[in-house]
Amino acid sequence: MEQEDDSRFDAIVIGGGLAGLSAAYTLAAEGMEVLVLERGDYPGAKNVTGGRIYVSSIRELFPDLWTKAPLERFIAHEEICVMGRDSSLNVRYDGSELLREPHQSYSILRGKFDKWFARQAEHKGATIICKTRVDDIIIENGRVVGVVAAGDRLMANVVIACDGVLSFAAGKAGLNKSADSGHFAIGFKEVIEIDPAVLEDRFNLTEDEGAARLFIGDVTAGKFGGGFLYTNKSSVSLGLVLGIGALVVEEPTVQVPELLNKFKQRSEISRLIRGGKTVEYSAHMIPEGGIKAMGKLYADGILVAGDAAGFSINIGITVRGMEYAMASGYYAARAVINAKEKNDYSAATLAVYEKFLNDSFVMTDFKNFRESLDVLKYPLLYGHYPELIVGIMKDLYEMPAGPKTRIFPTVRKHLGLRELWAMVPLCRRMMKI
Amino acid sequence: MSDLKAKLGLDVFKEDKAFPIAIKKGLERDPRLKKMVLICPAGLYGEDESGKIALSADGCLECGTCLLVCGADILDWQYPRGGAGVQFRFG
Ligand SMILES: Cc1cc2nc3c(=O)[nH]c(=O)nc-3n(C[C@H](O)[C@H](O)[C@H](O)COP(=O)(O)OP(=O)(O)OC[C@H]3O[C@@H](n4cnc5c(N)ncnc54)[C@H](O)[C@@H]3O)c2cc1C
Ligand code: SF4
Repeated sequence: MEQEDDSRFDAIVIGGGLAGLSAAYTLAAEGMEVLVLERGDYPGAKNVTGGRIYVSSIRELFPDLWTKAPLERFIAHEEICVMGRDSSLNVRYDGSELLREPHQSYSILRGKFDKWFARQAEHKGATIICKTRVDDIIIENGRVVGVVAAGDRLMANVVIACDGVLSFAAGKAGLNKSADSGHFAIGFKEVIEIDPAVLEDRFNLTEDEGAARLFIGDVTAGKFGGGFLYTNKSSVSLGLVLGIGALVVEEPTVQVPELLNKFKQRSEISRLIRGGKTVEYSAHMIPEGGIKAMGKLYADGILVAGDAAGFSINIGITVRGMEYAMASGYYAARAVINAKEKNDYSAATLAVYEKFLNDSFVMTDFKNFRESLDVLKYPLLYGHYPELIVGIMKDLYEMPAGPKTRIFPTVRKHLGLRELWAMVPLCRRMMKI
Repeated sequence: MSDLKAKLGLDVFKEDKAFPIAIKKGLERDPRLKKMVLICPAGLYGEDESGKIALSADGCLECGTCLLVCGADILDWQYPRGGAGVQFRFG
């Protein structure tokens, strides 16, 4: 089927994830003809996240979206857990600002959220077709003019590739991002159902409050990465994120899926999920290379947004990708709206997309955290230091049968000059983020 | 591993008769594939006594890690056709 020129869409969006739906929502709100093609049974069917979305920076881009959004719990308590082999140290942060509205972040389940977000985009006038995989993009005279899906050729003034981390579409248009395994992580998790009353009791939460916990150290068997736990309405999302580069090159190797079982069996975790029922196991790649791993963002007739463009970042305490996906989808839409006004979809006109991003929090963050991945890839952080910290705590708390050693020598035993000296390069690295 | 099978049993999968990931003929002993025996989150890669790696079809989570690690010169890799493959209800 070849469409006539007047049935050409203003924009075809590949992928109904956060980036794609944000673009479609924004375009449709301006009365543009937009088609979203999504390969899953429904939007969200293929999408995995850890589970916390920071809303502060994107609230204004979608002003009427948040009040009814099916988010899980607002994050009211932050905790970091340093895990040794058989002990751990927890640092918990509570702040009154976390309790105040508007809340800065929420736990989220994408199966629920993306499906709902797609309906909002449809209400604005977007057409969303699921169960449809885009197999190719159509390039004529060097410019992208449409896509091939289910054997049909669908034409548009511009294509927005929001097809996630693997982004075959961007690749086909020559907009490849890095394929270095060191720039990617694998994230995998379980959703474990727990009765809300039990959950609130265990995590010390009131009705809508949620907790976010991050784990570093033995959870990843010393590999670059960490664990996470987010409380949802009636479940927890429990999982791990591991840098793929380290898994491929570093010895000793670890049995990756087994790490999650070990994590669940830790006494710190098992008591939190006791009686809970795992209802889903999922995995997904994360582009975490930041600005160094990004490719070109546009060409004649095409824009790339979200994970497809590499808009995900590891800033140490957390992986952030969702708000960048939403913001980049939004700015891609603005660039298309601008191109339509000029009736010019060339790279030169679409370049305004990059300017919008540069002027926004998106590129500011990516520039500020340019070094974060390299800084964080410091093996001592995932094995040696966690053991060191819990070792000090153990000795401080220990009450031996005989006399107790004074505090200073106890600490000093662990933190000799050599140890302190070895921390200098680490501190220098850390100053970059 | 049986525990992993049980976990994958919780997920919703829609069948695609033509499983879209395959190891290219003659490359079954490539060291990059060996890494996947440990890394694949669904535990779908296995090694036999002769050192040959095989990939079993059911339970792929479509994470893409094997494509990144092995590359398109070793694996034929594409997403299942629209509407097929894993369908996350929670994500
Ligand atoms: C375990 C894990 C933990 C994470 N934790 C966090 C976190 O706590 N906070 C945070 O902000 N970020 C987190 N991230 C990152 C975040 O989830 C991603 O950055 C975000 O989901 C990217 O959204 P996206 O719309 O760009 O891509 P996706 O959500 O991947 O959407 C891509 C869409 O394109 C569709 N698609 C792909 N190819 C085709 C095709 N050929 N035809 C049709 N459709 C196609 C897919 O089905 C999918 O719907 C985490 C990621 C993982 C995996
Ligand atoms: S895509 Fe992921 S789950 Fe599927 S076979 Fe490859 S590594 Fe395993």
